[in-house]
This record gives sequence, C-alpha cells and structure tokens, in this order.
Amino acid sequence: MLRKGFILAALGLAFVAGPSFAATHPEEPKGVHWSFEGPFGKFDQAQVQRGYKVYREVCAACHSMSLLSFRNLGEKNGPFFDDKYKNPNDNAYVKAISKDYQINDIDSETGDVVQRPGTPADRFPSPFPNEAAARASNGGALPPDLSVIIKARAQGPQYVYSILTGYVAPPAGLEVPPNQHYNPYMPGDVSAFYKGKGHVPAGGFIAMAPPLEANKVTFDDGTKSTLDQQAKDVVAFLAWASEPKQTERKQFGVAAMVYLLIFAGLLFVSYRRIWKNVAH
Amino acid sequence: MSGHSNYEPKTGFERWLDTRLPIVRLAYDSVIDFPTPKNLNYWWTFGGILAVCLGIQIVTGIVLAMHYVPHVDHAFNSVERIMRDVNYGWLVRYMHSNGASMFFIAVYIHMFRGLYYGSYKAPREVLWILGCVIYLLMMATAFMGYVLPWGQMSFHGAVVITNLFGALPLVGESITTWLWGGFAVDNPTLNRFFSLHFLLPFMIAGVVILHIWALHVPGNGNPTGVNVKSKEDTVPFHPYYTVKDGFAISVFLLMFAVFVFFQPNALGDAVNYVPANPLVTPAHIVPEWYFLPFYAILRAVPDKLAGVLLMFGAIAMLFVLPWLDTSKVRSMRYRPTAKLYFGIFVLACLVLGYCGGRLPDDHVIGNLSTFQLLDADLNSMVWLSRIATAYYFAYFLVVLPILGLTETPLPQPESISAPVLPANAPAGAAASPEKRG
Repeated sequence: MLRKGFILAALGLAFVAGPSFAATHPEEPKGVHWSFEGPFGKFDQAQVQRGYKVYREVCAACHSMSLLSFRNLGEKNGPFFDDKYKNPNDNAYVKAISKDYQINDIDSETGDVVQRPGTPADRFPSPFPNEAAARASNGGALPPDLSVIIKARAQGPQYVYSILTGYVAPPAGLEVPPNQHYNPYMPGDVSAFYKGKGHVPAGGFIAMAPPLEANKVTFDDGTKSTLDQQAKDVVAFLAWASEPKQTERKQFGVAAMVYLLIFAGLLFVSYRRIWKNVAH
Repeated sequence: MSGHSNYEPKTGFERWLDTRLPIVRLAYDSVIDFPTPKNLNYWWTFGGILAVCLGIQIVTGIVLAMHYVPHVDHAFNSVERIMRDVNYGWLVRYMHSNGASMFFIAVYIHMFRGLYYGSYKAPREVLWILGCVIYLLMMATAFMGYVLPWGQMSFHGAVVITNLFGALPLVGESITTWLWGGFAVDNPTLNRFFSLHFLLPFMIAGVVILHIWALHVPGNGNPTGVNVKSKEDTVPFHPYYTVKDGFAISVFLLMFAVFVFFQPNALGDAVNYVPANPLVTPAHIVPEWYFLPFYAILRAVPDKLAGVLLMFGAIAMLFVLPWLDTSKVRSMRYRPTAKLYFGIFVLACLVLGYCGGRLPDDHVIGNLSTFQLLDADLNSMVWLSRIATAYYFAYFLVVLPILGLTETPLPQPESISAPVLPANAPAGAAASPEKRG
C-alpha cells in the first residue's frame, strides 16, 4: 500500500497536489573556480593534501568514506603520490598514515576479535560500527558516506562548498527545530516552520552543525586556515576521492580526441577522392 | 543476400569453400558489391553508426559483466570498484553508460530519417517493423541496464516502471509480482534484470541481421524516394559507402568521446550515485533522457491505466505507420505540406521530452498566472504535454491518412541519375536532390 502511494505520488497525484510541491527552492550554489575543472583541469596536489587533513580532523569524526583505501592516497594523481614509489603500498606517507589507525580484525590463530595497526591495503575505517550507532550519535540523522559525494549531488563541488560555507543565522520568523540548523543551500521546505511575513526563506534544515571555522585545522604548508580555504580544500579532496581516475581520464581523452580528429580528417580526404568522379 | 551475385572466387581455397559454405560470397554481395543509390546523404550514415554503437555496447558490456556483482548489497560498490580498481575500468564503464545515450541519439535520428523520407512504405514495411522491434528491445535493455548500478534512481525507476504493469485490470498485480520475483523490487528483481540485460543485446543483434536482410531485398531507399531504375543510379557499397559511413562514424565517435572523457556524468542523474534505499524516495523521479517523451505522455493523463495504454500506444503507432500513411509519394522532399506537419511532429517530440524532465505543475512561462482548466493550471507542464501528446497521435491518426489523399505533391524526378527539372517547372524548384550527399 505504501509502495502504491509512492507510485501514485510519482505518477498522478502531482497533478492535484498543488503548489506546495515546489514551494521553496534552495539557493543556487555559489560559483567557485576549481583547478580540476575543464578538459585540461588537474588537481592541485598541495590543496588535496590540505583537504585530506580537513577530512581527517573534522569530517571523519562522523562521516565514513568506505570506498577509499589508504593505498588510494598514494596512487597516481592522488594527494600523497610520490614518483619514488610506483607501488602505492610502498609509499612512506601512506604507510605512516595507515599505521596511525587501529583496524578491527580477527586473530587467525585464536579467532578472537583483535585490533591491529592499519596497512595501505585497508579501507578507511568508519567512525561508527553501524547505521543505528551513527544515528544515535547524530540526533537521529545519518551522516552520509563521502566516498562519491561530489558525483552524487548536482553541481557537486559548488554544492558541497556552498553547504559548508553557507550557514547563516535563521531569518526572523523562522523557528529552527532542535538539533537542526538553517542553511539556504540545503534542499528542503521550511514553510511549516516559518511564521514571518513575505516569502518563505529559501533552503532547508540540516542536522550537521557548521563543521568548519577559521583555524580549526592547522595547515602544514603555512596556508592561512580560513573557513573558506578549509571548505575549498576539503571539496578538492572529496572531488578527487569521488573520482580518483579523473585526471587520467582527461589526459587519455585529449589523446583520443587528437587521434579521432586525424582519423576523421584522413577519412574525409579519402571520401572526397573516391567520390570525385561520381555525379551525385 | 538476394539477387544476382558477381562474386568470383579467386583462390583455390575460396572455390573449395564457395561450393560448401558460400559465406565469402554472402559477405561480398552484402558489403562489397551491394548496389547502393548514389545520392544517399549523411542522414543515411546512421545505420552504420548504430551497428558500431551495438558493437561497443556488447564488447564493453561483456567486460563489465566480468566484474559486476548482481546483488543488492554489492552492486553499487562493484560498479565503483570497476571505476577505481579495474584497469581502465572507468573507460569501459563510462563508454557503456554514455554509449546507451549515444545509441539512442543515433536511433532517434535514424527513425526521424525514416519518417521523413518514407522509408516505411512498400516494399519496406517489414524492414520498418523489424526496426521498431529493435527499438522496443533497446528500450527494455536500456531500462534494465539502468537498474544494475542499484543507485537511488535505479531502484525507484524500477519501482515506477514495473508498477505500470500493475495498472492492467485483473492480471496487473500477478504480473508485477511475477516480474519482481517477489512482492517488491528486491534482489531477485536485480538478478533477473542482469540476466535479461545480458540476453537482450544478442536478441537485438539477431533482429539487426533480419533488419539488414530485409534491407537488402528491396535495397536502400534514397532521398528522392524514387526507385533505382538502372545501374547508373547506384554505386557499389565498397568503397563508396564504407568510406562515407566511416567518416560519419569517426565524427560520431568524436562527439561520443567528448562525453566519455570530459562529461561522463552529464547525461545521468547525480542521485544515482546515492546507493539505493527503498525507504527514501527521491524528490523527483525521472527516467533517462531518452525515455522522457514517453514519461510525459504517461503523466499527461490523470488515470494510470489510460496513461500506460497511451504510452504503449505511442510506440504502437510506429508499428502500424506503413498502413496509416496514404501518400504514394515516399520522400517528403516532394510533399511540402507534409514537411510542415513533420516539422511540428519533431517539435512535439522535443516538447514532450522537455515536459518529461520537469514537474507536472511547473510553469511553462515564468510567472504568468492563468486559470485552472479542469484539473490543472493552463500554464503548466501537464497542459503542454497534453497538447504535444494530442499532436503526436494526431500526426499518425489524422494528418498522415488524410494528407496523403488531399495534398498535391511536387513533381518527382524521373530517376535518381536524372532529377532534372521538368520543362515547365520554375527554375530551382527541384534543384536540390543532386547537390546533396
């Protein structure tokens, strides 16, 4: 019955549901320029390293990144790639980073549950053992896994950057429920909580408290640690994590385009020559 | 595949094989020597492009199937694993996912070309119907393929589409349960969709062979719609059309490459990178772009069963089209009135696609406020889709049957080689055919 309800909503009910369906829209994400944009764009390795630090010291407290392994950090175009270590499992930074984590495992001799230091082959450990624990610690909300977050949102990098930097004091007349925060870039509908005059404010409520603030993370390369800088850097890291092969993809693409252009050109010349004497 | 063969075995082995299995003769007659009208324009290159698309989908698909895991707990992550850990897995996967869109771009152009140049008319009705069968199989394959990554849109799209069958009276519920392999879209559904998604492309390949066979009996149509009259009208397929198709294919691949390498997710919905969750319904369930016109037709009607019937009816129109069009003139090049109605038909299809991607209550024109007509605001996507749907069906059921009897077509050329002006026609009236191509 519930399922049928979904279908009706998706198919037909929309006709009669009236304007409440799309009462408010979130603000358009802020326009930001990224070094990894465009067909020739590349990640700025220093920025992605800083972003990893923001993720590790702030985001990782609640958000898992279950598709990433430590070895990914040392792969080509990754934040800790070093020409000296073609095999990321040998990468000194990656080994050091992974060793800092304690990974749950089973003792192969006794079968007891044990903890051991991480290796580059291990996945990023999740902050909570299961979904219920994650919700219990976050006021009922589930912090989404960040492995593919940039691909999983329309205008991904701009959207995540706007959420991180977009927290503002709720407009007068807007009653923010407990454990929630107002963010004009968050999709949602706050009309039920708005008692003020005029238009219902754009955006929605988000369970995550503003995660970043100036000097929350100390950057090892001396970059000034502003909120804006932290947000940009962590987005660059998340964009890399969502698609670690994107630089390789674009470089391959440029070569493929050149090849195809030459191929098409040769075929066009052949076509003109072969058809030269046919009246058509 | 039919008609006189000019194949002469050159070597002893070829002679030996030719008397036992004349497969070299078949290939020679079909793709080397096959007489092809010499005035085909670039719209005729999409057949070859489609063959390449099918080949790409099958080859990349087989490689993906080596790494993909058809289980609700592993499907999403296995696709990501292909993109992260399989050598060039990102390339194979993006070629396959964008390849589906490219396949549909090419097939829609191929179909509109057939509609415009009357490729469905006698003696090519069976050829046309086989094409419609391929199109249906393509839609089924694409839909099931989109379910496999098991993202949010995969899951909820599968729920919406399989529930359409639930609208059928009496048998609807049993059919949906049977399709699901249970009482909801779940692991058995994913498993059978994977199995069928693997099977159907080979069925498509089979029907493609029939399609080409049916093509080689009457031979290609051509932009003038006039039958081939003599050897002067044709050129051998190779090298004339292998090189022309080859050029068109390479240009098509350039466009394909732009998507694969630089915009691989532009044609998909970002929500499908969120793993499927039956308890959370996405705010806006939309199919892939190539289904949007049919989605708009489905939603244009407030009654679910009527919507479903209308949607399938829209495809059924194509099957019976050869008997709906009463005009004896094949090419719309000589049917100025039909050309106008055809232009509106293309526009209606694009409008339907646009409406399918928007919410039914969205305004068509910004802030213009109009009045409520029946169940919806006049200035809404619902009413725009209704108008476009009405035109879609009217084109097949009213315009083509009546127009063929009432219109006065322009004079057609005597033959492909000599589409010269009739003595009394104004200069330039039929000057275009021989310049094209």
